[in-house]
Amino acid sequence: MQPLTNRSKTVSNKKMTLAERLYLPGIISGMAITLKHFFSKKTTVKYPEVHREFSDIYRGRHVLKRDDEGRERCTACGLCALACPAEAITMVADERKPGEEHLYREEKYARIYEIDMLRCIFCGLCEEACPKEAIFLTRETVISGYHRDVFVYGKDRLLEPSDPDKRIDISKRLTPEVKKFKQDKNQRHNR
Amino acid sequence: MIIFKLILIVTILLISLLIAMYSTLFERKIAGFFQDRYGPDRAGPLGLLQPLADGVKLFFKEEFMPNKADKILYIMGPSLTMLVALMTSAIIPWGPGIAIKGTHYYFQVADINIGVLYSFAVVSVGVYGIMIGGWASNNKFSLLGAVRASSQMISYELAMGLSIIAVVMMTGSLSLKDIVVAQHGINWNIWYQPLGFLIFLVCAYAECNRSPFDLPECETELIGGYHTEYSSMKLGFYLFAEYINMFISSAMISTLYFGGYNFPFMDSPALSVNAVGIIGTFVFFLKIGFFGFLYMWIRWTLPRFRYDQLMNLGWKKLIPIAILNMVITGLVIMIFK
Repeated sequence: MQPLTNRSKTVSNKKMTLAERLYLPGIISGMAITLKHFFSKKTTVKYPEVHREFSDIYRGRHVLKRDDEGRERCTACGLCALACPAEAITMVADERKPGEEHLYREEKYARIYEIDMLRCIFCGLCEEACPKEAIFLTRETVISGYHRDVFVYGKDRLLEPSDPDKRIDISKRLTPEVKKFKQDKNQRHNR
Repeated sequence: MIIFKLILIVTILLISLLIAMYSTLFERKIAGFFQDRYGPDRAGPLGLLQPLADGVKLFFKEEFMPNKADKILYIMGPSLTMLVALMTSAIIPWGPGIAIKGTHYYFQVADINIGVLYSFAVVSVGVYGIMIGGWASNNKFSLLGAVRASSQMISYELAMGLSIIAVVMMTGSLSLKDIVVAQHGINWNIWYQPLGFLIFLVCAYAECNRSPFDLPECETELIGGYHTEYSSMKLGFYLFAEYINMFISSAMISTLYFGGYNFPFMDSPALSVNAVGIIGTFVFFLKIGFFGFLYMWIRWTLPRFRYDQLMNLGWKKLIPIAILNMVITGLVIMIFK
């Protein structure tokens, strides 16, 4: 008969040798193994003091990017909300008034932009759908809270600071390849 | 002399309680280290305040008593266990003692000439604490745990007694002080009684209900065994008594087989009587510490015995071997002395 797996072992009911029946050599070798672990390197990460190293393209909480002049990039097109499989994104669009050109890049902008972090599954599809390079996932984590409404992040928490020194670096997620893909007119998302 | 004894009693009581308290921390620490973790390290530096936090937690827990429980027995169970656990420490010689103004103070509360028998008597009473607790809880799991505990302890007490008889035969005395004095220097009993030591060690583990013999309280089958229905500080007493028992039995193992407070080169003229007294006590606690560590080491290495295996080992293996050991010791003593 053909074995189902290559890891199967034949079991034998052979009589145990004296050393095996005495049980003591087994105990001592077992204790040697545990003692080896006693002195081995620990795998624990002591969390509040030490943070586990995330990968460069870790998908954590979102950021709404500004352009180089500090204007919001988002035009409230709603593609991210459409792409979101968890339906975590809500937005209300508004028209840019004259005199607000330094605030919003295009004529339309998101007056309200909310992401429910309890619904979000951090898949990154919003980022992928965005044609304006406005939303990105960062290496920061969503901090815990005692109430559900704490987890609905509005623009106050999502928008990156306009100060050029405090911008959030997303260059690891927005590599030239990603940028090219996003602007490729042959791709369906840009047609 | 009475004042000295009183001081000694209080000191030993405090030390046993303190060591039992910190054994709970070390148990968890050591468990962590054996499993590639750190164990509790949040409460205070290195987690040293953890036992206090645990104690406070236990005190503030709801004091629950089952509806149909026998109230007097229910309270008596943990108290008896605790009392018995603390009682054995009276006969253990903690050190060679110190001399102040010509009077020699020996670090032992009571040098009774039947010390070994006394310890056995006290240990057997320990069964009642568990049995009464399990019975009074009016719960089938508690009762099963208690029945397991009592039958296990009674079975292993036999082999334990038989293994000690060999030591008593060698020394010719039941007094623990005489047994320790006979092991002067490095002339320890372990060199003459390796088999007896092994039997005693296994039985001590079974008597303390420690892994791999922790069937009376195995979580997977009996959800805690005899202390299933206990909560708050009554549960604390049961758990605490287990650690005191570990401490005392480590002291007994060191006393009977590893020379108690004796250490090599204790006769060297460079050491005064008081120096020997202090180093001796220190060495004794070092030995106790090693055996305490061994308890935990074994616990996190070996899986639990099955009940029939436990009885098999106790009645069919350990008792015959202990008798054999006794006979051989007797023959050797008869031929060579």
